[in-house]
Amino acid sequence: MTENPFDMPGKDINWCPGCGNYKVLDAVKGALHELDIDRKNLVMVSGIGQAAKMPQYINAHMFNGLHGRALPVAMGVKLSNRNLVVIAESGDGCMYGEGGNHFLHAIRRNYDITVIIHDNMVYGLTKGQASPTSQMGMKTPVQVNGVMLEPFNPIAVALALDAPFIARASIGDTDETKEIIKQAIQFKGCSIVDVFQPCVIFNKQNTYQWFKENTCYLPEDYDPADRKLAFEKAIETEKLPLGVLYRQDGRELYEDLLAIPDTPAYEHKVSEEAFEKLLAEYR
Amino acid sequence: MAHNYSNDIAVVFGGAAGQGVQTIADALVKVLKKNGCHVFACTEFMSRIRGGSNSTQIRITDKKRSAYVRRIDFLFALNAEALDHLRDRIGEETHVFVEKAGMEGKDFSGVIDTPFAAYAKQAGNLIFSNTVAVGVVLGLLDLPVDAFSAYLTEQFAAKGEEVVSQNITAATLGYEFGRKTAQTEGISVTLSRALKPDPELLLDGNTAMGIGTVAGGCNFISSYPMSPGTGLLTFLARKAGDFTIVVDQAEDEISAINAALGASYAGARAVVTTSGGGFALMEEGVSLAGATETPVVVHIGQRPGPATGLPTRTEQGDLNLALYAGHGEYSRVIFAPGSFAQAIDVMQRAFDLADRYQTTVLVLTDQFFLDAVASVRESDIVRRPVVSHIVKTDDSYKRYAFTDDGLSPRGVPGYGDGIVKVDSHEHDESGHLTENFGLRRGMVEKRLTRLEALGREALMPERFGPAESETVVVSWGSNRGLLEEVLDTLGRDDLSGLHFSQLFPLHPAVRKLLENRKVVVCENNATGQFADLLSRDTGVHVAKRILKATGEPFCIEEIVNALEED
Repeated sequence: MTENPFDMPGKDINWCPGCGNYKVLDAVKGALHELDIDRKNLVMVSGIGQAAKMPQYINAHMFNGLHGRALPVAMGVKLSNRNLVVIAESGDGCMYGEGGNHFLHAIRRNYDITVIIHDNMVYGLTKGQASPTSQMGMKTPVQVNGVMLEPFNPIAVALALDAPFIARASIGDTDETKEIIKQAIQFKGCSIVDVFQPCVIFNKQNTYQWFKENTCYLPEDYDPADRKLAFEKAIETEKLPLGVLYRQDGRELYEDLLAIPDTPAYEHKVSEEAFEKLLAEYR
Repeated sequence: MAHNYSNDIAVVFGGAAGQGVQTIADALVKVLKKNGCHVFACTEFMSRIRGGSNSTQIRITDKKRSAYVRRIDFLFALNAEALDHLRDRIGEETHVFVEKAGMEGKDFSGVIDTPFAAYAKQAGNLIFSNTVAVGVVLGLLDLPVDAFSAYLTEQFAAKGEEVVSQNITAATLGYEFGRKTAQTEGISVTLSRALKPDPELLLDGNTAMGIGTVAGGCNFISSYPMSPGTGLLTFLARKAGDFTIVVDQAEDEISAINAALGASYAGARAVVTTSGGGFALMEEGVSLAGATETPVVVHIGQRPGPATGLPTRTEQGDLNLALYAGHGEYSRVIFAPGSFAQAIDVMQRAFDLADRYQTTVLVLTDQFFLDAVASVRESDIVRRPVVSHIVKTDDSYKRYAFTDDGLSPRGVPGYGDGIVKVDSHEHDESGHLTENFGLRRGMVEKRLTRLEALGREALMPERFGPAESETVVVSWGSNRGLLEEVLDTLGRDDLSGLHFSQLFPLHPAVRKLLENRKVVVCENNATGQFADLLSRDTGVHVAKRILKATGEPFCIEEIVNALEED
């Protein structure tokens, strides 16, 4: 493999030793490189959290915004220059907790972005509280008697909203994660990739080993176009399914519904003809 | 008894939502403008879709006026509730027009029984009642009915000739009733009309804000509907195709401002529109705009709070919210246009300043301003060139490079060879997060330094009345017309007025205008937020505050009274 243009050699990285984020970073950069994405044309948008620091370590455009707000920013970018490749990346707290409403409505709009959620089932940066995807019973400094609530099921929610591309990966298998991310980036529309990833400091329950034992890839003959089947898989709890659970190509993009032109917004000119016509309406 | 009205007539229409008050007012102001009259209309309504009691005031004046008067000369009450609602504004000189039929059992002493419905049915359909009402007004004012016939012909062309001719019949019946009533009641009206009026546009506040927004080169709006800020969103939605504007209805205000920042980061000129409550939700986004130095324009159509408050009423209570919005310290600009021509100008300035200074520009209006209707001379409409300050980057590009004036050249992704990284964390010149205290000090200074230059460029207040006066009356935003008319009415040489259309930062020369004078600040809120800001930033003592926070605009009469006490 040639040198990866997305690498930032010598960059100080703020993650803990052994963190799953390193492998997600490898998978994302590997996918971008293998797809030959032009880094000058790639915008990485993220929120806040350890996962959200990812774009700091990728040599491409970056908007590292607020906790929970990656998706509205990503939409603004995409609708203002549809030629850009836009990836939104953050953790489960950012995307499913603080930003839950945006998650729902990004899927409804279906603009062409890739959403990568690092799902480690815990809050890391705030030191170990439950996340929306934490499993019941897990004890934390806040959930002192164990998590009492059913975990949020992002796959089932995305399916209910008919997201056109829904996948789940587990970073223990970096190569397969990379392949799934490649498909998601190439997909035209809102693609959701939930990536299982252990937090080696604050989640002693959902470890590399745990993810290995509690997940399984979809069978070879699985038909991702079958939404009902995808629902069946999405609510399985015995072994959490990995792979592309649902895919529906050809769905109309928000950019097209809004008739967004190919010319980027920074080339905008006020139409004098339209302005004259506008004033005439009020004479 | 003779009733003479000369060059300042206040007509009020009152009725339930859905009864056509707005339709009548829209038609009447258009027809009056065509007749060469100066018109100003303002509206008060309840927060409900049907029913309730709403009213619109139309003033017909010899000079251009844009303020509310409490006095009513001709009141058209479309239902009995309107009479109750407006009871305490009905004076001895008020002529009240009501159709008694169908309102039996009510006290109608002194009212003029006006057959709106009866004439409408005679013309062919009850639906023409509003047309009858406009006809009556034109008859009372002794204005030619032709302009109204032309308006009806155009308005109903699509509905066929019969509807047009029925409307004209209804208008004529109303007109003749108006003429006859003027004679029997001894009403005579003198109106100086311009025979060849200057070319003018008839605008409401929302439209003026919209025209300024498109002229400023705006091409992105994401917003969540909230009265009275919604008008700008619907205006841009209507014009999206003509001006290539992306219009997104956000899932919430938090999304709206973050989407606007994403758009702006990618090179769009972005705006969000909301009211105080929605803006409160946006505050973290305002802080993000400050940290990332991303240009954005925010329109806040004010209404009375706290919380839901009075959703359809007016107030100037969100200045402090705008001034202190967002955590942390950074720059911003706050405008508050006082006329529609100013709104058009200020919105263009807003986009230019946001872009040039990589800052947040907040524009404060209110319900009174946005729903008002007035004509604007075309010669008063300023166009500013739209100049982009985005640079093409090279591969050494650093988004937050330190410069003398704190402004780094602004690149956008995909334009040039550089990488554009922006960050909500404290960051280094390349946009990567840092906890280096030296860099932190530099960045804090960088984000604040531009305030000084913004102050030097600030709009000076507009003066009314004598240059040297003992007392100076200050107003801001929508109270420009009020200040101008009050000073005209009083005509005192010891009294002048200053109207501020830029509230922050203040021009350094403002202090000189206020020093050694008795400063009276008049604003539509309960505490005097601008008075506080003036004191804070100029050191000048404010001697008197004239305040009102009932949800209604000031009327000319109450300010005249308040100043006469001095």
